Amino acid sequence: MLKVEGLTKHYGALTAVSDVCFEVQTGEVLGFLGPNGAGKTTTMRMIAGFVPPSAGRAIVCGYPVDSEPVEAKRKLGYLPEGAPAYGEMTPADFLAFIAAARGMDAAARARRMGAVVERLQLGSVLHRPIETLSKGFRRRVGLAQAILHDPPVLILDEPTDGLDPNQKHEVRQLIAEMAPEKIIVISTHILEEVDAVCTRAIIIAGGRLLADETPAGLIARSRYHNAVTLTLAPGTAAEPVAAALGAVPGVASVEHAPGSLTMTAFPAAGDAILTRIADLAAAQEWPLDRLALESGRLDEVFRSITRQEAA
Amino acid sequence: MSPVAAIVRRELAGYFTTPLAWVFLVIFLALAGAFTFHLGGFFQREQADLAPFFNFHPWLYLFLVPAISMRLWAEERKSGSIELLMTLPVTMWQAVLAKFLAAWCFTGLALALTFPLWITVNWLGEPDNGVILAGYLGSLLMAGAFLAVGSCISAANRNQVVSFIITVAVCFVLLLAGFPLVLDFFSGWAPELLVETIAGLSFLTHFASISKGVLDLRDVVYFALVIGAWLYATAIVLEMKKAD
Repeated sequence: MLKVEGLTKHYGALTAVSDVCFEVQTGEVLGFLGPNGAGKTTTMRMIAGFVPPSAGRAIVCGYPVDSEPVEAKRKLGYLPEGAPAYGEMTPADFLAFIAAARGMDAAARARRMGAVVERLQLGSVLHRPIETLSKGFRRRVGLAQAILHDPPVLILDEPTDGLDPNQKHEVRQLIAEMAPEKIIVISTHILEEVDAVCTRAIIIAGGRLLADETPAGLIARSRYHNAVTLTLAPGTAAEPVAAALGAVPGVASVEHAPGSLTMTAFPAAGDAILTRIADLAAAQEWPLDRLALESGRLDEVFRSITRQEAA
Repeated sequence: MSPVAAIVRRELAGYFTTPLAWVFLVIFLALAGAFTFHLGGFFQREQADLAPFFNFHPWLYLFLVPAISMRLWAEERKSGSIELLMTLPVTMWQAVLAKFLAAWCFTGLALALTFPLWITVNWLGEPDNGVILAGYLGSLLMAGAFLAVGSCISAANRNQVVSFIITVAVCFVLLLAGFPLVLDFFSGWAPELLVETIAGLSFLTHFASISKGVLDLRDVVYFALVIGAWLYATAIVLEMKKAD
């Protein structure tokens, strides 16, 4: 179990992280969301034992990072921001070094290195200096280093940054495969990633924890949640339709840009309006191109939560 | 393999993947030879000892050792690999010690490669090999002290050139602490006890007695303490500034 108790970090007068608390259980993939400079990296560095907190502490599998750092670090796999490595080393030498420094014996080293190299497709660059590799390969070397000792807790700071869409998909798949037996915390500013891999999301801005929910729960906060968007066939007069939509019971408001054929009806809290609108459309024989129920927009939730903080 | 051994091995291998190691070894050996034979008058003295060789070591180290120590921590910070190193299951003290030991082994290797001189002097005459061994030991200890100073200064800032210059300056003061150049600065106003303490800190006086073959435990302890103190300071500085 990973437990974070009131983590706080001051840099002089600046408060980078303020009283962040959460717990993560095995099987959970926790996504850390936040604008740049929100304190994601600082929080992860405190959990990994690189930055000492000004107050509070992190406990990794029962070992407090502040009082038993070596034991805690044994349980952790950590991908630092930017995936730093020793550039003059080859991935083969680098991973061998990490294995030795983590006290893995020869058999475990051979087995895990083979598995990790294959999983992250590093075979073709195994004997080229890391500094000559592309950003995508360097990121994967960093990931390989983090999962090499098969740790129960993984802290990954932007694991898919700099990867192409295929590689991103691969890494997300890898995270999903490892998820059942591990505690995984990833930071990202790619919102689709949260939906794709996380079982839980934390939004942090200005150093403060603002939301801690499942991705579905976050999406449900969107004002678009259960809204209905319809697009009329070209040549239809939109204004009468928009007016009719506004009169449907349960519709709180209708958004329609003048001249546009697309409009969105927002329900009053908790009301389901899709069937009513669909029935009305059929009765009135509106020429529809598209009628869709919105699930909600994560980027809109993200903006509204983090903007509140900024305001 | 223990984590410390793993880091030492990685560091040592790192020296040899860059030109640094080879440049250092060639320049060190060339200068050591040139000083011994030309400035030291090895042949003209017609004495079977290596005094002219050891006498120049402090001055060789003054400029060559900071070239090694300046990159010890500055490079880790610049590339961000310090974050990797500090999140491995090692203590700060182990990391500091491992990086220092690797650098010390490397200077030890450079020193060992001067063995042809030892063969030469044994070929030409019958030197007291005990004195020569003491000279090598003293030289190695002094190199360690220079490295420990450099390690701390490298930890304190991320600019390698600045590290080099400050390390040379600090080592110069420590070398000459027993000499008028440094002592005159203090003797006018400081209490006598302080002046004597400063004089007692001189690398040169401690090294001189060892290299003459007088292996006084106090001199060995002195260098061990200097190394320990500067490495301790390195760990403290890193603890404060590692994430900056």
